[in-house]
Amino acid sequence: MKYLHLVWSALFRRKTRTFFTLLSVLAAFLLFGLLNSVRDAFANAGQSVAGASRLITISKVSFMVSLPLSLDMQIQAVPGVGAVTYANWFGGIYQDPKNFFANEAVAPNFFDVYSEFKLPPAELRAFEQTRTGAVVGARLATRFHWKVGDQIPLQATIFPQKGGQNTWTFNLVGIYHIANPSERQQEDALFFHWKYFDEATAFGGGNVGWYIEKIAQPKDADHVAQAIDALSANSDHETKTQSEDAFQASFVSQVADIGLIVGSIMGAVFFTLILLTGNTMAQAVRERIPELAILKTVGFSNRSVLGLVLAESVLLLALGGAAGLALAQVAVSFIRANVGAIPMLPVGPTSWMEGLGLMALIGLLVGALPARRGMSLRIVDALAGR
Amino acid sequence: MGRKIGYILSVIVAAVAPVVVLVMLPAWGILVGVALLVAWLALTRTGRQAWSATAVAVSTIPQRIGSSSVVIIGIAGVVGVLVALLAMAEGFRATLQQTGSDDTAIVLRAGSQTEINSVVDHDSVVLVSEEPQVMRDGQSRPIAAPEIVVAASIPKKSNGVDSNVEIRGVGDEVWELYPRFRMITGRRFRSGLRELIVGKDAAREFAHTGIGSTLDLNGQPWTVVGVFDSGDSHNSELWADTGVVATTYHRGSSTSSVTVRLQDPRLFDAFRTAIKTNPQLKLEVQTTRKYYDAQSEGLTRIIHVLGTTVAVIMGIGALFGALNTMYAAVATRTREIATLRAIGFRGVPVVVSVLIETLLLAVLGGVVGAAVAWLLFDNYTASTLGANFSQVVFEFRVTPALVASGLKWALAIGFLGGLFPALRAARMPVTEGLREL
Repeated sequence: MKYLHLVWSALFRRKTRTFFTLLSVLAAFLLFGLLNSVRDAFANAGQSVAGASRLITISKVSFMVSLPLSLDMQIQAVPGVGAVTYANWFGGIYQDPKNFFANEAVAPNFFDVYSEFKLPPAELRAFEQTRTGAVVGARLATRFHWKVGDQIPLQATIFPQKGGQNTWTFNLVGIYHIANPSERQQEDALFFHWKYFDEATAFGGGNVGWYIEKIAQPKDADHVAQAIDALSANSDHETKTQSEDAFQASFVSQVADIGLIVGSIMGAVFFTLILLTGNTMAQAVRERIPELAILKTVGFSNRSVLGLVLAESVLLLALGGAAGLALAQVAVSFIRANVGAIPMLPVGPTSWMEGLGLMALIGLLVGALPARRGMSLRIVDALAGR
Repeated sequence: MGRKIGYILSVIVAAVAPVVVLVMLPAWGILVGVALLVAWLALTRTGRQAWSATAVAVSTIPQRIGSSSVVIIGIAGVVGVLVALLAMAEGFRATLQQTGSDDTAIVLRAGSQTEINSVVDHDSVVLVSEEPQVMRDGQSRPIAAPEIVVAASIPKKSNGVDSNVEIRGVGDEVWELYPRFRMITGRRFRSGLRELIVGKDAAREFAHTGIGSTLDLNGQPWTVVGVFDSGDSHNSELWADTGVVATTYHRGSSTSSVTVRLQDPRLFDAFRTAIKTNPQLKLEVQTTRKYYDAQSEGLTRIIHVLGTTVAVIMGIGALFGALNTMYAAVATRTREIATLRAIGFRGVPVVVSVLIETLLLAVLGGVVGAAVAWLLFDNYTASTLGANFSQVVFEFRVTPALVASGLKWALAIGFLGGLFPALRAARMPVTEGLREL
């Protein structure tokens, strides 16, 4: 630590070069922070604490095939199941198909099972009492400047009303919040009554899209899931029950192999970064050979010289990298607040730990060759400029 | 002071203007630019001076190969990532675009965006088929295909995860609607039987799709009897007889869509008006070209935003790497450059020589990046969820246009990275430069 001053002044010996290199490192780690945030958002989809204690039952054929309402009571009776609720995908469009958000018709007890969706008691009561009532997440309400009392017209894409009417108008009676910032993308949704949906739609008839079961003991999940699927075995509506996490993960994996895309980009980014900072460090050590020789002359051991050069390159990476990650953190929170469309998680402690690890690793890697050169130089030759 | 500000302003204009022009320029414009530059180098006195200064600079690159490779690899990284990402968007777009054409029209229920959400009842199918704009075959039957689209869950070969596959129920009319359709192996399904033919991309992606395999659809066993190639995005689908699919999925006599071949693409407007104004029909009509193009818009836009953002940030990193390298290059060649100035070379040839050196390195980097993207990703197969909530398989396409736009990025980064060091080289006082070690 007492040599920090020495390392610092060595690093800023050539201000322009160090500054440019720092900016390159910054750019690389900014990208690392942004991409990691997107990757985490996809990888963690549904992996909430509550998500582990919920199961989803869909039709074995495809999640687009609906299930009979009669299963509700049967699932309720399965040992280990705490509460059952159900929902149906509506797929309505608000003004323009580009304004996509989830909208679902849900059972009366939906918000009991999704207890992390916090709805003020008065608004919950209003929702229960309004046939055409709808509840939206806070983020969605902000995006479209909705407030309680507004009328929200949705264009049906799948379910026209009886008589062919395609526009469904809902009365906004409540806005829910989610406390955990990493799950806040679930605020981009609108929920309304399944009962109203079933009565008004042209092809209803007591079908629901999927069931959600809250289970008392998450460790019983596999057991309970098998028991639920056994209810409809060999019927014309066989089911497939899995944890909410597994359901979300399989859905995401159908969209794209996000991990592969992000991983390839990061590979290219860090490969070029290693070359670039490696070149800077090589230049820095090459032009300081006489100085390093003097350090050795005044008694610095080979190992301290090695340490000094390595410390310099790690410091270079850490300064640029920390600035880049900090910038990514600011950028991500800005994007999350203003652009709803891209799923991103905040740059959290895990990203910082991974980032700091990478900085140290790359710092040591690119410092290694120049540091060896500094360590092994012979004082006489170096001072003579040979 | 005023002079200094004026100099800085003119440098900024000199730096930004060419980059803007470069971005706007079509690919042939770059060739014209290169031709003009070569002409200037060969024909004018200053040009010939610049040429010999460049020759000196380039001949010393091998001595600085380590730091020069920073420019090459840095820019190769930017261009490689950009071209690979855009190749993904391009492949997806091209696959869907091939599926549509201007002389076929698809009819869906009003309000449905996609076939899987749409229901068209039997009476409507008959009314649509009898419109006069619809082409008729040799036996004067209308070429109109009522099709059913449903989804099945089948595990993928790559990761074993159940994924949605589109099952399309088609009738006998279909063979006239898809002129590029051909069977690769096996035979067509027989109507009335639970037999499937599998698109060649679906056959590659999904398990249990070999000829003779049995697939469980809605609780009933189906046999795969052939593999087809339609030359478009239908290759991600499984096809079977409409009637049998309707029975299996309890669809009655309704279908998802009707696709018709028009007698002439110009009759489309008349066809649409006829359907819109028929009070018995609550349907919407689009050309299949428009229908399939719209499906690729969302993903293409997301990838373009993602690709550009990543490339800009990586480009900033590469730019500072290039600046470092070129400042160092100018610094190590200080005496050389001062000598050139002393024997009568003017500022412009020196600036141009450093710029050309950087641009050469940049183009080399761009070519390397595009080549790596091409080697790794051209024809790379990927799949994503399409509009019908089912997998659409597509191949990455590294097209010449993408390579050209990658090279533009390389030139822009090279230009900015070379300009400032070049100006420093030209403004260096000759006497100091000669004394430099």
